Amino acid sequence: MNLVNVILTGLREVWAHKFRSLLTMLGIILGVSSLVAMSALVKGMEVGMKSALAEMGGLEKIRVESQLELPLHQRHLQDRVRGVTMKDVTALRAGAPLVHTVTPSVDVGGWGSRTVVEYRGKRARPYLFSGTWPEALEINEHEIAHGRMFNHYDDELARNVCVIGTGIRDELFGEPDTPEDGVVPIGESITINGQPFVVIGMFRHYESEEYRKRRQARLAAIARGEQPPSMGRDHFVYRLKNRTIYIPLSAMLLNFRTGSGVNAAADAQLSTLYMKIPDIALLEPALQQVRNVLMVNHAGLEDFSFRTDEDWANEISTTIRNYRMSGSIIAAICLIVGGIGIANIMLASISERVREIGIRKSVGATTLDVFVQILVESVVLTMLGGLAGLAVSFGLVVIVGNFSPEESVPMVTMGALLIAFGASALVGLIAGIVPAIKASKLHPIQALKYD
Amino acid sequence: MPLVELRDIHKVYHLGGEEIRALDGVSLDINEGDFCSIIGPSGSGKSTLMHILGCLDSPTSGTLKLDGMEIQNATPRQLATIRNQKIGFVFQFFNLLPKLNVLQNVELPMVYSGLGGRERRERAMEALRHVELENRSKHRPSQLSGGQQQRVAIARALVNNPRIIFADEPTGNLDSHTGELILDMFRGFHREGRTIILVTHDPEIAALTSHKIEIRDGKIAANLDRTLAGLDRPIPAAV
Repeated sequence: MNLVNVILTGLREVWAHKFRSLLTMLGIILGVSSLVAMSALVKGMEVGMKSALAEMGGLEKIRVESQLELPLHQRHLQDRVRGVTMKDVTALRAGAPLVHTVTPSVDVGGWGSRTVVEYRGKRARPYLFSGTWPEALEINEHEIAHGRMFNHYDDELARNVCVIGTGIRDELFGEPDTPEDGVVPIGESITINGQPFVVIGMFRHYESEEYRKRRQARLAAIARGEQPPSMGRDHFVYRLKNRTIYIPLSAMLLNFRTGSGVNAAADAQLSTLYMKIPDIALLEPALQQVRNVLMVNHAGLEDFSFRTDEDWANEISTTIRNYRMSGSIIAAICLIVGGIGIANIMLASISERVREIGIRKSVGATTLDVFVQILVESVVLTMLGGLAGLAVSFGLVVIVGNFSPEESVPMVTMGALLIAFGASALVGLIAGIVPAIKASKLHPIQALKYD
Repeated sequence: MPLVELRDIHKVYHLGGEEIRALDGVSLDINEGDFCSIIGPSGSGKSTLMHILGCLDSPTSGTLKLDGMEIQNATPRQLATIRNQKIGFVFQFFNLLPKLNVLQNVELPMVYSGLGGRERRERAMEALRHVELENRSKHRPSQLSGGQQQRVAIARALVNNPRIIFADEPTGNLDSHTGELILDMFRGFHREGRTIILVTHDPEIAALTSHKIEIRDGKIAANLDRTLAGLDRPIPAAV
């Protein structure tokens, strides 16, 4: 008996009991669709998290921060603490060839700071207000869309110029419908904590791919005159970058004196040193090298600490793995329950079809023929369920997408579809084995006598 | 050489610790072209004998030769092939598959012998023409009368061109007129030279056959081969 015939027989059998087959398949449909929806959800989260990580400079970025409290064994030297300073920048540029683009930064602000930007009575609060070098552009993955970044002359002359993000622009100059065609405030004078600064450049608008799609959908809805859907907020990373203000490092030190207060401006305490490594594989040796240089420079005082995004990346991996694990377990349980249902129905249908099996055997069906027929029926049943589950999963993904955290939107991948479909076939295969053995072992005479 | 050769066949069942000798030393020959009847009261062992002759069951002991092959020790798989290629069954309760249409039912043996779809259809239609049901090929068995269903079953039994046709009480579930028509069909096959083994409890039907075997208590009570006894063929067309 060739396979096409067996499959047709299987389909006929499923079709002969449409309602029963549908009920039986329900477990598989649920299992497959939840498997796809779960993996889409996790994939969306993963992509969202990873693009946010890349937006912050990626794994190649190393930060060294001032650590004003010494470790316990050095606590008696607390009065010598200076944190990272411009001397470290020079030392690292000269003595740490594994890192490049060493960039100092003095940050004022962050959350809860009192930094206020004003323009003609309108006020805004930046998330990040940094005095830094022009290299900050490269190291923090910024792009200038309008005007220019300040350069080393601006820094040397400590000119009061600034580069702002679109979020700051929106609050001071009004928010446009689309971030691209808003006011370009180049040349405008704003005040930062009361000090006048000229806007010489503006970053491009940063947003996640998903948020951009959502924004376009909203605009389309408005254009059609419909109630626009709520937008939610984009991932924190993008909002942070849009609400950033950069000024030259020396302008920061002269205007705001956020350095140590003890030392002169030339050797002021910095908030952060940014630097990059050429390759992620060099992270460990580069960290060691930077540490050595800084230890010499700081006379052994550990008044600095390293921050890499490796922890963040690990955290992403762990989170994703956990989500995937729990989702897979739920989907697997669904599929197992579905498989038990299939096995149950197949067993019941064997008792119903003892006579049919006897007839088939009397006209020459072998034990193997009957075994294959029942097994294929079971697989046909679950694969139909699998296909239905795939169809359902697209709807489920949309529903789940509405509940998922705003910065991640589910992504259905081909691999997930294939795995889910394969799982449904596998469940059919396993669930069909016992009924198929039972059917194939029926003796033709017993089967024919059966009423 | 006889087509079927049974030597000292025993079949023993164990039912609740009790030993039942369904067949107790049966030996017989059936020649090619025989129209043979196996007759006996219920419980005599005639069904068991037919199951063994029809390769649906294996004897406990004894030898069975079919078409020159010793098959008492055949595997279930070999038995299935023999049933498929050499034997056609007609049952009392027709035993058609209700979910398949007439054509598909007749095609069934050829499905298991691995024939292609086109050839299956052609041969099935040919067999249906033989039983004059070619215009019912798309009907379900439940849409046919008992006689028609039995004719479909006969077409199915013929379709693989078997060496032997077994009929187990083929008229037992039909009215006498329809039964007569079915028996006429078997007589026709006999005239064509086919070997037919008919199991019945009805002496009138047995009287129509050329070779009468009577079973009682698992033993052969009478074995009358009219061809050998000099009673000539063909058998009269009607009683």
